[in-house]
Amino acid sequence: MITKSIMIVGVGGQGTLLTSRILGGIMQEAGYDVKLSEVHGMAQRGGSVVTFVRYGEMVAEPIVEEGQADVLIAFERLEALRYAHFLKKDGVLIVNDWRIDPITVVTGAAEYPENIIDELGRKHKVYAIDAMKEALALGNSKTFNVIVLGAAAKHMDFAKEDWLKVIEKTVPSKTVEINQKAFLVGYES
Amino acid sequence: MAEKKIMLGNEAIARGAYEAGVKVSAAYPGTPSTEISESIVKYDEVYAEWSPNEKVAMEVAIGASISGVRAMASMKHVGVNVASDPLYTASYTGVGRGLVLVAADDPGLYSSQNEQDTRCVARAAQVPVLEPSDSQEAKDFMKFAFEMSEKYDTPVIVRTTTRLSHSQGMVVLEERQEVPDKPYERNIGKFVMMPGMAKGRHVYVEKRMEAMSEDGGGFFVNRAEYRDTSIGFITSGIPYQYVREVFPEASVLKLGMVNPLPRKMIEEFASKVDKLYIFEELEPVIEEQVKSWGIEAAGKEIFTRQGEYSANMLRRILLSEEVTEAQAAQVPARPPILCPGCPHRSVFSVLKKLKIHAAGDIGCYTLGAVAPLSVIDTTICMGASISSLHGMEMAKGKEYVKNWVAVIGDSTFMHTGVNSLMNTVYNQGTGTVIIVDNSTTGMTGHQDHAATGKTLKGKTVPAISIYHFCKAIGIEHVVEVDAFDLPLLEKVIQEETERDEVSVIITKAPCVLLKGNHFPDVCVPVPEKCKKCGACLKPGCPALTKKEDGSIAIDATMCNGCGLCMQLCPFDAIAKEPK
Ligand SMILES: Cc1ncc(C[n+]2csc(CCOP(=O)(O)OP(=O)(O)O)c2C)c(N)n1
Repeated sequence: MITKSIMIVGVGGQGTLLTSRILGGIMQEAGYDVKLSEVHGMAQRGGSVVTFVRYGEMVAEPIVEEGQADVLIAFERLEALRYAHFLKKDGVLIVNDWRIDPITVVTGAAEYPENIIDELGRKHKVYAIDAMKEALALGNSKTFNVIVLGAAAKHMDFAKEDWLKVIEKTVPSKTVEINQKAFLVGYES
Repeated sequence: MAEKKIMLGNEAIARGAYEAGVKVSAAYPGTPSTEISESIVKYDEVYAEWSPNEKVAMEVAIGASISGVRAMASMKHVGVNVASDPLYTASYTGVGRGLVLVAADDPGLYSSQNEQDTRCVARAAQVPVLEPSDSQEAKDFMKFAFEMSEKYDTPVIVRTTTRLSHSQGMVVLEERQEVPDKPYERNIGKFVMMPGMAKGRHVYVEKRMEAMSEDGGGFFVNRAEYRDTSIGFITSGIPYQYVREVFPEASVLKLGMVNPLPRKMIEEFASKVDKLYIFEELEPVIEEQVKSWGIEAAGKEIFTRQGEYSANMLRRILLSEEVTEAQAAQVPARPPILCPGCPHRSVFSVLKKLKIHAAGDIGCYTLGAVAPLSVIDTTICMGASISSLHGMEMAKGKEYVKNWVAVIGDSTFMHTGVNSLMNTVYNQGTGTVIIVDNSTTGMTGHQDHAATGKTLKGKTVPAISIYHFCKAIGIEHVVEVDAFDLPLLEKVIQEETERDEVSVIITKAPCVLLKGNHFPDVCVPVPEKCKKCGACLKPGCPALTKKEDGSIAIDATMCNGCGLCMQLCPFDAIAKEPK
């Protein structure tokens, strides 16, 4: 199997690391070689953050580069736009329909682009989900990223049951149920 | 079947140390090295500590090695500068049991103040360097580093980079090997570096480096992979992966030991390939040596000295491939910022109001340099705020620094700020130092230090009091203020900067990201009272946004309820509600 590439992008503090742990877990369970590369440190303070995940028979480089991502998971609209050129021609983009103003917008030095999702839809296969709304409906705003992951999981090669099993193994035992529920909300959206 | 685990490069480094029988580990946090200590602390067989700075950590490890156990220190690349004094001389003394320094470089400057290359330090200190390419090698090379250290009587540097440290890959776990302590024997010729003894040791150091260069061809970490010989690469570390990705058919000399270089092995490889490239991030350390032996190769004339490499870079430069048609969209930048509820923002809002300049330091509060706070004017290295402010005063006089302060974090103060403050006291400076005490090492992900009252192993210990420390070195004016008490902060800062004597203001409020530290409320706008003046927006809290009509919205999922915006609003147009 040729190596597949997934990217998770978002804003530091949105909890991208949990999502990448679940992704790494499911690929390992399936017997693939996996490499994940993530950002720690300064950017985690509200900056733009990226996680790369690659899996296949034998993975060499740990990062995903421009034009290579099979799946791009974006936790925020502007970040989807920032990294969309990392997608392959037929890659899919799953975007959380959510806006967080960067400081450059807050101070008026820049403007938050309008109609990002429509714009991206003209060039890529885009699936948008209002995961924050769904998460609040579940009663826990923090689960939004697992909801987005659920929506993305539909476009990957693993069975629903396997995802649920990996979530059980990965998240703290007290939060297994809520996270599995959240995953299904995304998966069945 | 052996257990396989997916591990961060840093976890694998810790695992390697554990399996190698390490008994003592000392470190000071620094991205991208921090998780090494945070992983090793989980092994009960290893004593692990946060030291106040890297020099101390290195010396703790040296002492442990001299006493006859395997020991390590870990730090980021700039930490090696702080530790370089003991490192250069430990190179002469050699070791008791194995001694390894893990140094984490940061090509691409993800979280650092410079892009220095540890291999240059290692060459100057005449210390060998091993450089792994993935998590599995990170573990394996650590074990080899300890063997090498003992065999050649030398400290060994294991060099990692951000990409390796923060990438996860598969690792096969093995058992820990218990290494018997080496009986201690007094040996002043080896461990007391007076000139007479050091002269002798210097001769040994040169011999040792030659021996390692000679033997390097046989080390498993160095590997010649012969495939198509029309093109060959000499490379190491993460760049090796990019070469494999783009040129799977090319021959590669993969160097696991990048100092000293295994010269014979390199000469042989060079003689067997037609076109030779040297592909190394940052400085041309391998390249300059190889070229000095009369070998022709392409290196930094086509590959940059700056930043991180990639496979696409190879495709562009060597294959002239256009890697993607899609262009990056022009989008607003999203630089890191202080979190909602961060106490540093509160302190900076006062400094900004008073139009005071700050000689800054390293930590989350460095973010006070950029808009909209724009309070910090300088950032050099840890501890430099206090001493550079003193330098300004000695250059320009005490009136000049009356609208200046030094701003330094609690962890940075314990790291090297204490020395700088002693200097100000000793040399009769009159500057004002603000220690922004958030009870943690925030920037690197919340590590304890000597003033928090907890060790790396989680033990509760007496916290060193920053207040009493300042008092004890003879500073009369030391004031502790709640970081969110704006009126008092303003008064104290005005008073202390006016004073013709050194003074210290300790602003206190724990980091909002610390576990168990939560404000009970969230802030909510009261739209009917809002006069759209924008006072609340000035410090740039990311939870606040201006709506089309000029009034504000507060994102309840982001707000941490610190109430700074509420205090800044002159019209009571922001209120608090229970979460
Ligand atoms: C010599 C050196 N060691 C380590 C680091 C990594 N580092 C950057 S900021 C920082 C400490 C920040 O803690 P503190 O001063 O308490 O400020 P905070 O981030 O909590 O605001 C560290 C350890 C560094 N830059 N230089």
